[in-house]
Amino acid sequence: MPTTTIAGRPLEVNEEGFLTHPDDWTEDLGVELARLIGIELTEAHWVPIRFLRTDHAAMGETPTLRRVSTQTGIDVKTLFGLFPKKPAKKMAYVAGLPKPKGCV
Amino acid sequence: MTTDVTTTMDEEVSFVPSFDDEAESGRKLAIICSKGNLDMAYPALILGNAALGEGIEVHLFFTFWGFDMINKKTQGDLQFSYLGNTAMHPPGMFGVHMPQGMAGLPGMTAATTKMMKKQIADLDVPEVPEFLEMIHASGGHLWACRMSADMMKLHEEDLIDEVEGIISASDFMEITDGAQLLFI
Repeated sequence: MPTTTIAGRPLEVNEEGFLTHPDDWTEDLGVELARLIGIELTEAHWVPIRFLRTDHAAMGETPTLRRVSTQTGIDVKTLFGLFPKKPAKKMAYVAGLPKPKGCV
Repeated sequence: MTTDVTTTMDEEVSFVPSFDDEAESGRKLAIICSKGNLDMAYPALILGNAALGEGIEVHLFFTFWGFDMINKKTQGDLQFSYLGNTAMHPPGMFGVHMPQGMAGLPGMTAATTKMMKKQIADLDVPEVPEFLEMIHASGGHLWACRMSADMMKLHEEDLIDEVEGIISASDFMEITDGAQLLFI
């Protein structure tokens, strides 16, 4: 596994650049991960990101876009607005989690 | 939340997922939905939705029996029959064949439809109407076929609001210039 330095910390990432250890993540690191992909986090971004963290901890896998939408009540269109083009993957990246595995 | 992190900009720092590659390449996907069976509706919905989540421009064109997916009166009631489908086996019982003759018995289509809908719902995958709403909300484009509409005497008011228009086959060809295409 490659390592990279983000926010002054050496971090292990997978071949695509996603963090491999969810426990490495902090909210400050989330801010930096978002900045690296061109997103400035607002409170509107934090609601789904925090959901991803708690859901991953509870379920053992990254929630899909639909699950984020149905569980947080944030509609899909809004999620596309917050994390443009690839919301599921971008949210997972910012939350320091693997890409979601589910199809829908 | 502060952002006063000092990033060590060595070469490895730039190792960030490249999220917008496909968008820059202008990738497009066109899916022609020509079937109105429950099991033939889902491949288009799943693939179209997945493509949208990858930043790909998606156009769905509904034609012939595919109209049942966008007709307000039918879209919530698509059916599944295994008549003619020799691959059918009871759930989890691989290698066990369902007699084809049984598929034609009264009530069998309702039973197999109910079973398949439950399996789909168990995966938290939405039913067809909600799925199409989701695709539209994700930026997907839905188009209805002019000839099918004329044949079935259907008008825009018969179709779900997410359908952008009833268009001809040549209109669809223009809209999907350069797209990858799936016929289902």
